[in-house]
Amino acid sequence: MEEAELVEYFRAQIRGDPDVASAVAAIRSLLEFLRRDQSETILGLRENMTQAIRRLEETDSSVAVSSGGELFLRFISLTSLEHPDLSQCKNVMIERGELFLKKISLSRGKVGKLCHTFIKDGAKILTHSSSRVVLKVLENAAADNKRFTVYVTESQPDSAGKRMAQKLRKLNIPVMVVLDAAVGYIMEKVDLVIVGAEGVVESGGVINKIGTYQMAVCSKAHNKPFYVVAESFKFVRLYPLNQQDVPDRFKYTADILKTVKDLNQEHPMIDYTPPSLITLLFTDLGVLTPSAVSDELIKLYL
Amino acid sequence: MADSVGRQVDSINHATEEDEKKHEIIGAKGEGKELTKEEKQRLRKEKKQHKKNKKDDRGPPEKEKEKEKASVPAPSKPATQSPAHKAAPVPVNASASESPVAAEKPAKSKAELRAERRARQDSERASKQGKKEGGQQSTSSKPKATPNELQPVVKRLPDHVQVDDPVALKKLAKKLERQQKSGQGCSLNITGVKVPLRSDYGYKVSLFSHLHQYSRKNPPTQQISIPVTVIHPSIVRLGLQYSQGIIAGSNARSVALLHAFKQVIQDYSTPPNEELSRDLVNKLSPYISFLSQCRPLSASMGNAIKYIKKEISNIPSQCKEEEAKRILQECIDSYINEKIILASEAISKYAIEKISDGDVILVYGCSSLVNHILCEAFEKQRKFRVIVVDSRPRLEGREALRRLVKKGIRCTYVLISALSYILPEVSKVFLGAHALLANGYVMSRVGTSQIALVAKAYNVPVLVCCETYKFCERVQTDSFVSNELDDPDDLIVTRNGKTHLENWQTVKSLGLLNLVYDVTPPDFVDLVITDLGMIPCTSVPVVLRVKNVDQ
Repeated sequence: MEEAELVEYFRAQIRGDPDVASAVAAIRSLLEFLRRDQSETILGLRENMTQAIRRLEETDSSVAVSSGGELFLRFISLTSLEHPDLSQCKNVMIERGELFLKKISLSRGKVGKLCHTFIKDGAKILTHSSSRVVLKVLENAAADNKRFTVYVTESQPDSAGKRMAQKLRKLNIPVMVVLDAAVGYIMEKVDLVIVGAEGVVESGGVINKIGTYQMAVCSKAHNKPFYVVAESFKFVRLYPLNQQDVPDRFKYTADILKTVKDLNQEHPMIDYTPPSLITLLFTDLGVLTPSAVSDELIKLYL
Repeated sequence: MADSVGRQVDSINHATEEDEKKHEIIGAKGEGKELTKEEKQRLRKEKKQHKKNKKDDRGPPEKEKEKEKASVPAPSKPATQSPAHKAAPVPVNASASESPVAAEKPAKSKAELRAERRARQDSERASKQGKKEGGQQSTSSKPKATPNELQPVVKRLPDHVQVDDPVALKKLAKKLERQQKSGQGCSLNITGVKVPLRSDYGYKVSLFSHLHQYSRKNPPTQQISIPVTVIHPSIVRLGLQYSQGIIAGSNARSVALLHAFKQVIQDYSTPPNEELSRDLVNKLSPYISFLSQCRPLSASMGNAIKYIKKEISNIPSQCKEEEAKRILQECIDSYINEKIILASEAISKYAIEKISDGDVILVYGCSSLVNHILCEAFEKQRKFRVIVVDSRPRLEGREALRRLVKKGIRCTYVLISALSYILPEVSKVFLGAHALLANGYVMSRVGTSQIALVAKAYNVPVLVCCETYKFCERVQTDSFVSNELDDPDDLIVTRNGKTHLENWQTVKSLGLLNLVYDVTPPDFVDLVITDLGMIPCTSVPVVLRVKNVDQ
């Protein structure tokens, strides 16, 4: 399978199912790539897969694609590939790949089920930008007949917050869009803050749309709980020490990385929230404190 | 039968007030592995007293307790009033130690309860065994039952943190004396050569009176007579190098220790009717006691010793001596290679990712690992400059400065008092560690926690570099409970021919404190770089757990 075909397949997946996480779409494309791969040796196969993942990262530069791809690769090759026949090995890998895909497709539902119990009746929730996982959580809470109000930040430069507000209105949840600059103003009214994540790093911190760090600092100052909801395939082996330490390939969208010469002139799309500001993380592995994330990562990767 | 058990339980409850002190002494002793004859005799006496006391009323034990309480405040008064001559430190120390013991009594109620429970369990077990084996065996089985009972219930304090307890000191002296008889089945006639017990030097600050304080001018080797038949000469040399500070730094000490053990194993010959796997371990014990008398063992040395002992006891019994020695030499070599040399390569690889161009890196003291990382980063063409922070009395930063400047790295040198002046310039802090404790605390050279604290206040990331063999299962939240006191005379400095502190020992109220280690809480440390990868400080118990599963 050529790289162009792979990218086209990936884009088709996203167009076909707009609700799917980009990492899931990436993994579906990788599975298809695996099926159509023509290499003769396992080493060759692994190299092709790594190349494919890199290609997908160039298309969609979010952290989740990178982490999901690496986890996929590790998961399928973690079995005993002792069969002398390459096609048998490939079948085993494809089976495991499908198992992995099934597991992560269910992860969003699991997170939603875990988190919605933390939303009490009459709560006021603040969220940032547009996250499908947060939407699922609020959906579950509404289905549970809880009454709550949601404040969403506008989240410039792409106004993703307005899209989130539309989706929430369709679920008959009272929602209000606020400016990014009004986070400090609104913080005293809200009871809790729930945000999604693009990536969860080794320290237990999260990488998310720009403006999340600000929100976390404000909620800490007001002693409001700051919850992060993320699926487990977003756990990535990065360890940023501060905002500068986040690698450039995640900070900007893929098109800007390719076209622009001087990245210092561009505005980054994500920021890093350190673990000291996060109260709890809701994942399909369970409800974790930030220090437990490293534990889970060691289990996943070692 | 149940009746007798019940009666024994009652008698124990009656006698607890009197026994509590004895149980405390037994509970507070440094060794849990072997019960000496004295302990077994004492336990037998206690059992006899239980049987006596169940007939007596509570009067006598209470009277004795009152007498004890009356005697305890009395010695503390003469201790403060009398001029505490240095010529007679022992009685002063003894009486001074009794008052803290008495003061600790109300706080030690948990130990009392544990002692009661233990005694009850002992008696029940003993009575059951007495049923089976008959009355004659019961007295011997009771002390046998107690060592197994005592071990899991009470965590013993190691004897190096019980210097203010005279009973523990006596126990240690006896243990060192016993260790001259190397091996039970040995037919050597060694006369009077024992592992020397070093005596403390100078006035100790009261907060640290439970630790040893030795003088460098009295090395322990002066007390060993020639020829030394018990302690191997390479161990003697090693001990001297430790006590004089010639070998310093936890990696250097561990490597030197392992090399010395290689020499010992090379020169070892199994005595007849003995197995190498058991006898060699017993041979090593007096050496280890000697080394800990020269300088308290570090956590890394402790882990290395545990590894060697495990490898020795895993030698199959049918293995020939030459073969076994070869295996052990290989084990030691691979340990040094894997855990120290290759680990430092892996750590440099991870650490270099964190060093970017234009960085200003602050280092403290001389850590072999941090120096290695900086030299590697410089070779990989990273552009950075280094600020070396140093402190008295060791001035180890000068050695680090020497090594870095030799490589060609741009360095600045400050003393620790200038820390808050220099920190706004710094972008990262790299620290070495002596040990990483199980609760995430970092034990390192004194001054490290200060640097971490001020760096946190300036929002500068603090990175600790530590190999996994330095992780230890101990838990500590402060720097007092387990530390090391260095020679207090090191603090004396002569400037322009004048030494102000020359006669510090004559001033009664003056104490010189030369601490070696301190403990940094995990909130101040942003990242720990180990050979397994980059982990947050709170994940140390996870690594320990993974390592235990591997082994």
